[in-house]
Amino acid sequence: MIHLDNVSKRYPGGHTGLSNVSLRIEAEEMVFLTGHSGAGKSTLLKLIGLLERSSAGQVHVNDRNLTRLKNRQIPYHRRDVGMIFQDHRLLHDRTVFDNVALPLIVSGLGHKETGRRVRAALDKVGLLHKEKSPPITLSGGEQQRVGIARAVVSKPPLVLADEPTGNLDPALSQEIMELFSQFNQVGVTLLIASHDIDLIKRMQKRVLTLSKGQLTGDTIGKSIHVP
Amino acid sequence: MSLRKRLLIAPQIWLQRHAQVALASLGRLVRNHLSSLMTCSVIGIALALPVGLHVMLGNLQSISDTWDSGASISLFLKQQIRDDQAASLAEKLRLHQRIEDVELITREKALAEFQALSGYADALEALDSNPLPALLIIQPKADFTTAETAQRLVRELKLLPEAEIVQLDLQWVRRLQAITVIAQRAVVVLAALLGMAVLLIIGNTIRLEIQNRRTEIEITKLIGATNAFIRRPFLYTGFWYGLFGGIIAWLLVAVSITLLSGPIAQLANLYQSAFDLSSLGISTVLTLLLGSALLGLIGSWLAVGRHLSAIEPN
Repeated sequence: MIHLDNVSKRYPGGHTGLSNVSLRIEAEEMVFLTGHSGAGKSTLLKLIGLLERSSAGQVHVNDRNLTRLKNRQIPYHRRDVGMIFQDHRLLHDRTVFDNVALPLIVSGLGHKETGRRVRAALDKVGLLHKEKSPPITLSGGEQQRVGIARAVVSKPPLVLADEPTGNLDPALSQEIMELFSQFNQVGVTLLIASHDIDLIKRMQKRVLTLSKGQLTGDTIGKSIHVP
Repeated sequence: MSLRKRLLIAPQIWLQRHAQVALASLGRLVRNHLSSLMTCSVIGIALALPVGLHVMLGNLQSISDTWDSGASISLFLKQQIRDDQAASLAEKLRLHQRIEDVELITREKALAEFQALSGYADALEALDSNPLPALLIIQPKADFTTAETAQRLVRELKLLPEAEIVQLDLQWVRRLQAITVIAQRAVVVLAALLGMAVLLIIGNTIRLEIQNRRTEIEITKLIGATNAFIRRPFLYTGFWYGLFGGIIAWLLVAVSITLLSGPIAQLANLYQSAFDLSSLGISTVLTLLLGSALLGLIGSWLAVGRHLSAIEPN
């Protein structure tokens, strides 16, 4: 699903985000990405979601060579990658329903089908009763679940999450992780960046560790493949 | 899996989306009605100026056109021709195949008119004889009112032994027409300049709108929106600004014409003319609305092209 080959990312001004990272994540895996802040977790996710391009090396996602992808093709790549952020990135002038519907509207889905899929996604994260609320009236955990519903509503094969539990207490974090596990069980590939070591250990999944832009750990023993 | 092919969206869904975006942009303008109204008014005033001048010129042209076709020939008779001789000449000319009508202004009548209108009554009293000649005002037949045929008639009349001066009253009409042509050019230049001003106004408004909605644009891009998708609401916003600006311009011109038509009818009355100030024709209104909407679209397109690509999610 994700294949990085000697990937480096240098920023203008000399700062190195990633240096010579090679890794492979198979379809239907659930993988954690950890490391100190500034280790390159976000950079890695940005390269996969094509928010940034690598300075060197090859990035393949979904059998798609991102290095060669033209700018105008980026939107179509992003539709296949659900992204979840620590700060949720919701539109506060629209209802929960409209926020979750956005990816479907963007890809030009019909009105009826959009409504059906949005309600299914909201039901999945347990927020169907809040569909008409503006996101600002929701708690942090609920807002994050809206963000998750938006990331999965178009059924992308790959979901990236950047510190999805960064602002949540342990109980809410556990809830979110269980949600991710459920998506993984129905075949979604997940790559979750987090520095919550305790939480990651409890999940018993494959963990990639980044340090100063380099891949320093890959505990494959705990990876679980769902058939 | 290769790049998912751009979904072949069914036409009705495509139309539905466009209608939704158009209405959503309209709704946004209505919600900020005060600032929208101000922007539209500025556009309206800028457009009303050339449109109003255009209508005025149209009226001026119709005046000079009607007077052109109604151009008459003044035949001043020699001083020694008596009024009864003039009358018989008038009778003779009325039978001419190219002449519609002849009006005789006798020497007596000319003197009376001159005394009444010129204010030189006292000076004329001092003269022992009437210095004014008799005058025949000749109306050519409708088929002979072009400049060329009228000129031929003038040459013919000049050969009459009684004729002193033959004058074709076309000169001033020609001058008026020349001035109208210059004024028309000026209106075109003015319209071009003000059209550019409208482009800048709309471009700047859209630029501010893009800045205000920066977060929304970033998030929509993250989710996989194409540039065309993001551009669309701004283009519709520009379209609405232009259209409403055009409607305001139309109203402004219509109201101005209504205000002017009363005094102009009075003035026309003084010239014994039944001239009626014509308002905006349907084609002018359509051109105005179409043009203003197009200006809005182009203005927003320019702004969107420049500013949208600068916004990328991070």
